[in-house]
Amino acid sequence: MSKLTTMADAITRYVSDGSSVAMSLALEPLIPYAAGHEIIRQQRRNLTLIGPISDVLFDQLIGAGCVEEVKAAWVGNVSEGLGHCYRRAAEHGVPHPIITEEHSNFTIGLALLAASLGSPYIPTRSALGSDIPRQNPTFRQETSPWDGSPLLLVPALHPDVAIIHVQRSDEDGNAHLWGNLGICEEAALAARHVILVAEEIVPREVILSDPNRVLAPSFKVRAVVHEPWGAHPSPVQGYYERDHAYYREYHQRTRTLEGFQQWLDEWVLQVPARSAYITKLGEQRLLELSVKEHSYAAPVDYGY
Amino acid sequence: MAASAGNYTPQELMVVCAARQIHDGEHVFVGMRLPLLAFALAKRTHAPNCVGLFEAGLVRDIPASRLLYTMGDLANITGSLWATRMVNLMGLMAAGEVQLGFIGGAEVDRYGNLNTSMIGPFDKSGGYKHPTVRLPGSGGAADIASLSQRLAIIMQHDRHRLRERVDYVTSPGYGYPSEHGPAGTVWRQRAGLPRGGPAALITTLALFTFDPGNGEAMLQSYHPGTTIEQVQEQTGWQLRLAPNCTETLPPSEQELQVIRECDPEGVWTR
Repeated sequence: MSKLTTMADAITRYVSDGSSVAMSLALEPLIPYAAGHEIIRQQRRNLTLIGPISDVLFDQLIGAGCVEEVKAAWVGNVSEGLGHCYRRAAEHGVPHPIITEEHSNFTIGLALLAASLGSPYIPTRSALGSDIPRQNPTFRQETSPWDGSPLLLVPALHPDVAIIHVQRSDEDGNAHLWGNLGICEEAALAARHVILVAEEIVPREVILSDPNRVLAPSFKVRAVVHEPWGAHPSPVQGYYERDHAYYREYHQRTRTLEGFQQWLDEWVLQVPARSAYITKLGEQRLLELSVKEHSYAAPVDYGY
Repeated sequence: MAASAGNYTPQELMVVCAARQIHDGEHVFVGMRLPLLAFALAKRTHAPNCVGLFEAGLVRDIPASRLLYTMGDLANITGSLWATRMVNLMGLMAAGEVQLGFIGGAEVDRYGNLNTSMIGPFDKSGGYKHPTVRLPGSGGAADIASLSQRLAIIMQHDRHRLRERVDYVTSPGYGYPSEHGPAGTVWRQRAGLPRGGPAALITTLALFTFDPGNGEAMLQSYHPGTTIEQVQEQTGWQLRLAPNCTETLPPSEQELQVIRECDPEGVWTR
């Protein structure tokens, strides 16, 4: 059954006001900016964002007023530093106050892993002695029933929806993702619904030719959106490089609230869909970012 | 190693100091920016068999062929030994397989505790709301500080950053002395951390090592062009000198050459 749809339709159906949304799960690559921008255009409110490191996607959603709570390890701009919208919201409640549930990269991964395993929590020794467990009221510190040593119990986290950018998918949501995986698998398995955003839609046979590269079973997937360049300015292995200049410009332009609003208007609100966004980027920029030195894996034999 | 007579930036010297922390054959949690260059430098000089781990889910034994802005840049995946899930990388570290981890911070204190979360004042019992400065948060830093065998910290040196006590402990160093006992390795044991602790604090002015017995930073060396007095002026605690405190060995010509090949435009080092 084809799950192919438009981004606008996928967001309308699976992201509601108040939803918990896991995004940006491969850390710096494969960030679903196209989905984030559609969420902003549809004016979703009171979202809970879940993710390890979101580069500037979470900063944009916070600045646009979509977010009530952030469950993340890091919110900022990876190559430039602080996230100005995150700062305005956390320090001054602009555009409105947000709640932060502090994590480390490992604990957010363990929280989603626990959910993916059907386990209520996973114990770890990471972050013991730090202020993170004091600030995050969902963590519990207990002692090991075996040796009495201190343990941090990280409770399972079940996102309503995970939005995951992949290189290629078939219409049913059987998808290949490659490169570093971050916590994409954990989130896809932990979430109630999965929206896949794909650079390419390919026949089912292409995906089935290499089942080890598949992200998650397609029965977890509710919608498949074909959105070339949908992860720009983050990189997609085999397709395009990170657009460092974009991150620099975003950092400079969003220092003030007025600057952010102008940026948001220009790059999100006045851009009706990703096709218009690509046109706005321009041929030259796309060419510069496109992969030029291809590097193909050796084929593997799944024969019997 | 012949001392260099040439000019170099504080960042280049920090890369050299960081590379010197890497022993041959070690598994190193590399992180971003200057440690990326330190890994490449160590590989090409004294530690050809070290292996780099990246929390995004990557293991490499050859540095990427071009300068990286982030660990997820395409060139860091091409030619990697393993591209996998983040929890596998963190899991290796939790299991004790990572000898050295690098992190940076906005603030560090004399016990090597790091803050990358928020600068006060804020109400700790009231949900940590409305800090003066909201910083990005831990990322993987708390995990690296908790789980690696040794930690090397890299940061800009000034009095506001090197403090007697940080406002928020994002990444645990040697804790604090209390009625339960001293700071240091025993504090980490009390907290339940399995191993580790800061081994080096590398700044734009100096190199500190730590006394695991009480967790205190000790000035190990001051960089050429600075003095102990200048380091003290920019440090928020009363300096304790290591017994053999001396001037930092400057970069060699070879070290500078490798760094400038890796970062020809000086993105991270100028």
